[in-house]
Amino acid sequence: MIMLEVEDLTVHYGVIQAIKGISFQVQEGEIFTLLGANGAGKTTTLKALSGLLPKTQGKVRFRGGDITTTPSHALPALGLVHVPEGRRIFSGLSVADNLLLGAYHRKDKAGIKADLEAVYELFPRLAERRKQDAGSLSGGEQQMLAMGRGLMSSPKLLLLDEPSMGLAPILVEEIFRFIQEINKRGTTILLVEQNAHLALEISHQACVLETGQIALAGSAAEVAADGRIQEIYLGAG
Amino acid sequence: MSWQIAALQQLINGLAVGSVYALIALGYTMVYGIIKLINFAHGDIYMLGAYFGFYAITMLKLPLLPAMLVSMVAAAIVGVLLERIAYRPLRSSPRISVLITAIGASLLFQSTAQLVFGASFRPFPQAMPFRRIQLGPVFITNRQLLIFGVAVLLMVILHVLVTYTKFGKAMRAVARDKEAALLMGINVDRIISATFALGSALAATAGILVGMYYNRIDPYMGMMPGLKAFVAAVLGGIGIVPGAVVGGLLMGVAENLVVTLGSSTLRDAVAFAVLIVVLLFRPNGLLGKKGMEKV
Repeated sequence: MIMLEVEDLTVHYGVIQAIKGISFQVQEGEIFTLLGANGAGKTTTLKALSGLLPKTQGKVRFRGGDITTTPSHALPALGLVHVPEGRRIFSGLSVADNLLLGAYHRKDKAGIKADLEAVYELFPRLAERRKQDAGSLSGGEQQMLAMGRGLMSSPKLLLLDEPSMGLAPILVEEIFRFIQEINKRGTTILLVEQNAHLALEISHQACVLETGQIALAGSAAEVAADGRIQEIYLGAG
Repeated sequence: MSWQIAALQQLINGLAVGSVYALIALGYTMVYGIIKLINFAHGDIYMLGAYFGFYAITMLKLPLLPAMLVSMVAAAIVGVLLERIAYRPLRSSPRISVLITAIGASLLFQSTAQLVFGASFRPFPQAMPFRRIQLGPVFITNRQLLIFGVAVLLMVILHVLVTYTKFGKAMRAVARDKEAALLMGINVDRIISATFALGSALAATAGILVGMYYNRIDPYMGMMPGLKAFVAAVLGGIGIVPGAVVGGLLMGVAENLVVTLGSSTLRDAVAFAVLIVVLLFRPNGLLGKKGMEKV
């Protein structure tokens, strides 16, 4: 089943065309990675999908329904959850409150409680710090919190923007293991990453963006084997 | 009366006036916390609250507390409309544009009130008989007790709301990071509306309490208390809810103690002198932390 269908998506920043009519599909159950150099339009694509940026053209269908103009705040209830770049946790609120805000749209108290336990089980370090101010967490813990908060929304599709950014190499591998684990538990993932090597290792499908256009697409193995990926990264980097 | 007793008496009076400042300051600080706007029309909502209370008592013949509730609801609606019509379209404009709009809205409220309610002051109906309670060498009036009681009750309710409820947590999340809040499924516009409603309702109560306390209301009554409550909010640390309470009480006490020291003409000047001194030493306010406002 097709989870997400993006058709001819175009996004402008003022007069500059940042995304130039891209199309791709994310299948249910997979990890789909969007690669590309800095400024290629990865984050812009995610922001347009979750309604934070207006789309100038194109259509987005999520689980069969048109969400092209659905406002951002209505998407988590449909099952589309965006974990933004830079973690964006709510400092000043406790770790537990941050997680519960992820479940803001939900009314099923028992389900929320069960999911909270599941998140604590997945990220035991968050459980230890549940009463602490989220702002006092380390970078890696904040990323876990951001992902855990996303999971509390009970997503069908999780958009993860640069989850490994700014983390020590050992933590990066840990975060990637978590992404795989979340996917195994049944959440489809649309991943945006700079770390192409690790991302392709855990992904099923991938596409490479170059200045707002899709330069390369296919299975993760195909993309990894394609010589052009080096070129795109080195060329545009 | 020796000066100590006089000072004690002014302390009581100061706390009463300070509670009112605190109620108004809460609205300033909550709105600032959530959309980084100094809502200069807030003092005028306080004025409108007093008039709403006035008409609820005189025309609808309501007793004091129900009249207060009616006024709170009416002021909340005005606050929500103000945000919806004047501020929301400017949400992504430079801050200075919104600030100027706020000053414009303030003038609009004052002139409209003058047109509709008349320019001259009106005696506020005394919905409860005046009584004075002797406490040793000083006294406290039943109106002051009403002010303390209502102010403390509303502050406790607000504190519980902001700290423990889902709405309060959503409000704090929106204050921290609007975009991230949207991604959590929080309807940011609705939370902002609710914040204006809450702040306006508190200001309306303050308006009625002051109407009763000074026994008069007029279309310009919001200017000075509005300004002082703004100073109180900055004093406590703008954007910090307990700061507004501390700032308000401090302001009320400070200006009343000056009266004891012999100069009631300096009363208004003191408020601003206190502000200057505090901001010299603690630019983020008394309860503010250094570098609190993150960009």
